[in-house]
Amino acid sequence: MITARFKGQFDDFHLDAEFSLNMQGVSALFGQSGCGKTTVLRCLAGLERVADGHLLVDGEVWQDDRTFLPPHKRPIGYVFQDANLFDHLDVKGNVLFAQKRTRDQRGPQLSDISGLMGIDHLLDRPVRTLSGGERQRVAIARALLSSPRLLLMDEPLSALDRFSKDEIIPYLEKMHEALSIPVVYISHDSQEVERLADYMLLMEKGRVTQSGPLLDMLADPKLFIAKSSKTASVLEAEVAAFDDADHLSTLQVADKTLYVPGFVAPIGERRRVRILATDVSLAREKPSQTTILNVFDSKIVEIAAIDEARVNVVLEMGQAKLIARITTRSLRKFDFQVGQTVYAQVKGVSMVERRKK
Amino acid sequence: MLDPILLTIKLAGLTTLILLLIGTPLAWWLARTHSVFKEPIGAIVALPLVLPPTVLGFYLLIALGPQSPLGQWAVSVFGQALPFSFAGLVVGSVVYSLPFVVQPVRNAFEAIGNKPLEAAATLRAGPLDAFFNVALPLARPGLMTGAVLGFAHTVGEFGVVLMIGGNIPSETKVLSIAIYDHVENLEWTQAHILSAGMLGFSFVVILVMMVLEKRLRAVRRGA
Repeated sequence: MITARFKGQFDDFHLDAEFSLNMQGVSALFGQSGCGKTTVLRCLAGLERVADGHLLVDGEVWQDDRTFLPPHKRPIGYVFQDANLFDHLDVKGNVLFAQKRTRDQRGPQLSDISGLMGIDHLLDRPVRTLSGGERQRVAIARALLSSPRLLLMDEPLSALDRFSKDEIIPYLEKMHEALSIPVVYISHDSQEVERLADYMLLMEKGRVTQSGPLLDMLADPKLFIAKSSKTASVLEAEVAAFDDADHLSTLQVADKTLYVPGFVAPIGERRRVRILATDVSLAREKPSQTTILNVFDSKIVEIAAIDEARVNVVLEMGQAKLIARITTRSLRKFDFQVGQTVYAQVKGVSMVERRKK
Repeated sequence: MLDPILLTIKLAGLTTLILLLIGTPLAWWLARTHSVFKEPIGAIVALPLVLPPTVLGFYLLIALGPQSPLGQWAVSVFGQALPFSFAGLVVGSVVYSLPFVVQPVRNAFEAIGNKPLEAAATLRAGPLDAFFNVALPLARPGLMTGAVLGFAHTVGEFGVVLMIGGNIPSETKVLSIAIYDHVENLEWTQAHILSAGMLGFSFVVILVMMVLEKRLRAVRRGA
């Protein structure tokens, strides 16, 4: 358990962040650039010291009025935005730098980690010759080899182009799967967060405004992320069947069946699916003449206006929540009300490539 | 003729070694401190750049003389007064060449910046560990520049040596003094040989410096 409070004045914003986190899974610290995400992460690492700060990690005081544990005494790993490798050492020297300084000899070994991050073939290379994606993988391996009890990642993908991002995300997913190190992950990219996070902290202007399990947060129409044009519901699904003839996968989401074109994964595996709010339309009666395969009966639990023209309608299907984006005119025309049962037609489903244990 | 050359190498070598030992921590402090004394101390270190060597030599002579507390302390340590001795020359050279070592090393530390040190700290390296295993290796081109400049500058000094060293063979008669002596005594051949040697030496120093600079810039670009 992490309990934190950081208060202080910085050049361009006032930091007043208070939050607590469980030491498990991936917690995303999400917010626009300049809202103080990086400063909070640096405070957690001890790289930044605010006068008014309290930090308790698993019962240990890392910072309070009298104590300040310097960064090298905190059992953390830190992945910087731009990798920040040591230029005077080769890849192997970089990753071993961490391991040599850990007292915990039962921690991960070089061979395990280099295999996990796919850097075996890079070990003898000078770091200057690495690509952006390779540098970041080495940086992650280096952080992991210090046997951290908490891994802090400051937008590790933001300096990379789309191609390198896609290349590195599977490694991050593999890492979460193989090692049970809690991660605090900074991002301003909602797709990255949907893919990787379990828990989300929202930051605005130096404050943590909301926090909670990712799927609940994404379905909360009061939060600013619900206003984005890319607002989406992310649902946990289990692969139930695959139809060879039509090449259609059947996924179980809560008590509903979802059809997705193509082969998704072997039966029994869990995946996250992502449904754009703009891909969901509503009908009063069960549509019979439609090409859309995925039609669910669901209950309206919340209606929230985005602007004059559009609203988000939050639907409940079992434990899962689905957001539909419709126009205010349609809302009026059909007189949708909270508590009503409606039929949601889902036009598009995309897979969030995350493997779950 | 070999005597002054060996003496000069001995003086410059010893001076460079001492300068690296005291100049590196000083440069580190100047590069990283936010103290109000940062600029005043930096200015004092840089003083020998603009001060006439004779002025520096004059003050050193007074400061190290047997009448001064420092001089008396030196007598109790070295068993003799520092002026007009090799030890006195070393002290003078260290002061005189200090900025030539501190400045490039300080620049190198500043160019490294905070980031590699932060990375080191998050990888459990304490401040000393980070200094020796991250900052020093990364600053190597700057340290080499400092060493070359400090050595070359000590080899070429004249004014300070004349003021506090005098002209004692095998003790304080270094190259530049020897050349001056030869010219005074109209021994042109010897003066020619020594001067040409210095000319070649200086050329090599500048060449080495330029190569080092180029490498330092490459390091900065890479970072």
